[in-house]
Amino acid sequence: MTILLDPTSERVPAERPRAERLERLEGRTVGLLDIAKMRGDVFLDRLENRLEARGARVLRFKKPTFTKPAPVDLRSEIARQCDAVVEALAD
Amino acid sequence: MSRESTSVSAAAADAAGSKRPELPSGIVAFVKRDCPTCELVAPVLAAIARQVPLTVYSQDDPDFPPEVSRRDDRDLAVSWQHEVEAVPTLLRVESGREVERALGWHREEWETLTGVEGLGPGLPAMRPGCGSLSVDPAHASGLAVRFGGSKLKARRIEVASLEDELEVGFERGWSDGLPVVPPTEARVLAMLEGTSRAPDETVAIVPPDLAPCTVEKVAINAVMAGCKPEYLPIVLAAVEAACTDAFNIHGLLATTMSAGPVLIVNGPIRRRVGLNSGKNVFGQGHRANATIGRALQLVIRNVGGGRPGEVDRATLGNPGKLSFCFAEDEEGSPWSPLSTDLGFEEGIDTVTLFPGEGPRTIVDQTSREPESLARSFAASLRTMYTPKMVLAFDAIVAVSPEHARVFREAGWSKADLVARLHDLTRVRGSEVVRGAGGIAEGLPEAVRDRDLPKFRPGGLLVVHVGGGAGLFSAIIPGWANGEMGSQPVCRPIGDGSSRGDLLSGGLSSDGETFAAQEGVRS
Repeated sequence: MTILLDPTSERVPAERPRAERLERLEGRTVGLLDIAKMRGDVFLDRLENRLEARGARVLRFKKPTFTKPAPVDLRSEIARQCDAVVEALAD
Repeated sequence: MSRESTSVSAAAADAAGSKRPELPSGIVAFVKRDCPTCELVAPVLAAIARQVPLTVYSQDDPDFPPEVSRRDDRDLAVSWQHEVEAVPTLLRVESGREVERALGWHREEWETLTGVEGLGPGLPAMRPGCGSLSVDPAHASGLAVRFGGSKLKARRIEVASLEDELEVGFERGWSDGLPVVPPTEARVLAMLEGTSRAPDETVAIVPPDLAPCTVEKVAINAVMAGCKPEYLPIVLAAVEAACTDAFNIHGLLATTMSAGPVLIVNGPIRRRVGLNSGKNVFGQGHRANATIGRALQLVIRNVGGGRPGEVDRATLGNPGKLSFCFAEDEEGSPWSPLSTDLGFEEGIDTVTLFPGEGPRTIVDQTSREPESLARSFAASLRTMYTPKMVLAFDAIVAVSPEHARVFREAGWSKADLVARLHDLTRVRGSEVVRGAGGIAEGLPEAVRDRDLPKFRPGGLLVVHVGGGAGLFSAIIPGWANGEMGSQPVCRPIGDGSSRGDLLSGGLSSDGETFAAQEGVRS
């Protein structure tokens, strides 16, 4: 029997439960994260209108560049201030 | 041979192996019957044993030598763990610690080491020994796994006897599409001989999963790629360079564009490992070129979790994403190497990572004047991606020997060529605005009356490569440059731990900012 060494990061894919869904939008804070692709703001503007019409408070965030993961500070800021987040990709 | 050169200090011996079996105090010898010098000194060992405590470890015959206290070391465990490289080896041991060592037969050394006078009166004054069986290639890899395997931390994967071990790499998703060399413990230990860095040292945090990657994990993937141990320092430096924020392998992996990491090696290591910089430099046929770039990509795939169709979103990709690694032809170049443009002295081993796609050839078989040839280069460079795109991308210009000769004979420095190319690649705004030429793609109308540079300052890199015949050069187009994308990163190839002297290409200008200044991006 041959023994091989695992070339991967050996991360057992932990099964992560989905975050609890919001039962209503009224009075809740929703973050809209623009990943900085062109025209993502057009989509998010429309989303902001629709969310506010249903009573949600909307906060806008933007990544410095779409090519890199969101900075840790930005992620923690969203988690601190928002009950839910929508990340939008557009082009 | 002087005594100093054959003695090993107690401190060094301790450092060499803390858990190895303790030796009996007194004099200890390692011998094998199949060694004429050992046969020769058998009576000497008997004479020593009559005067001082002596223990002899016999590697091949437990009855040899006669008239002494012998221990059977046919499994070579004691020889291996005490790093015996030749027989006879004579040690003086005090309180379980080796304090002196002599190799081969040397009367004066043996008398000093044992404190016994008049040894081997009928023998020549000295005679070299033979290789220890513990370093014989037939035994060494098995011993390395038996005694060195514990330093490997990676999860062990058992391959059933009916499984084809070459299929395992495909079935488990480790492969880039080509067969991978099965990473056995023996192969990985042999690979780790290519560096003095500890196997558990962290080399980088690898995107997209941001997984810590150790020297051992790099070695495993280098084995799978087909690397030789002497390539490992280049692979380690390439992994470090790729995982910097400046190079941004995350974005390069995730982009829908075709580019991937391109590795350019400078310095004497090119010759030592056999990297091709000449004929067919971007092509097949050279193990170092084909496997070093592949090892980096396998690290990104297996440790970082970056796989095509998942985080790798390339629309088209390019065949260089299997491995795109080459050396610069420094010896034949009229100019100093690429690494000197990026902040290193000539003669330092470096690897430069450039985010690039496949090379496209520039054919000019007629120009014999540098201005004419530069115009040819510029005409090709202007079309990169589309003639209407400016400032978003860098490029490598790969100048072949026959083209380089034109510049050499006219006395053009590399800086002269680069400056001229920047001038010649400027474009009129009216030609590149949206709608110009009946093409919707283009720049905003506001730049219609501007004169625009195609490349940001520092955005043209020049290397000298290729075979001696052929009036061709090539462009390696880059990917999104600057802070928003990727900077070329040049890193020294060392054997020590991570260095702080990271340089990122000496490109002081951010393409995004420069583009905004030029009015082509908002």
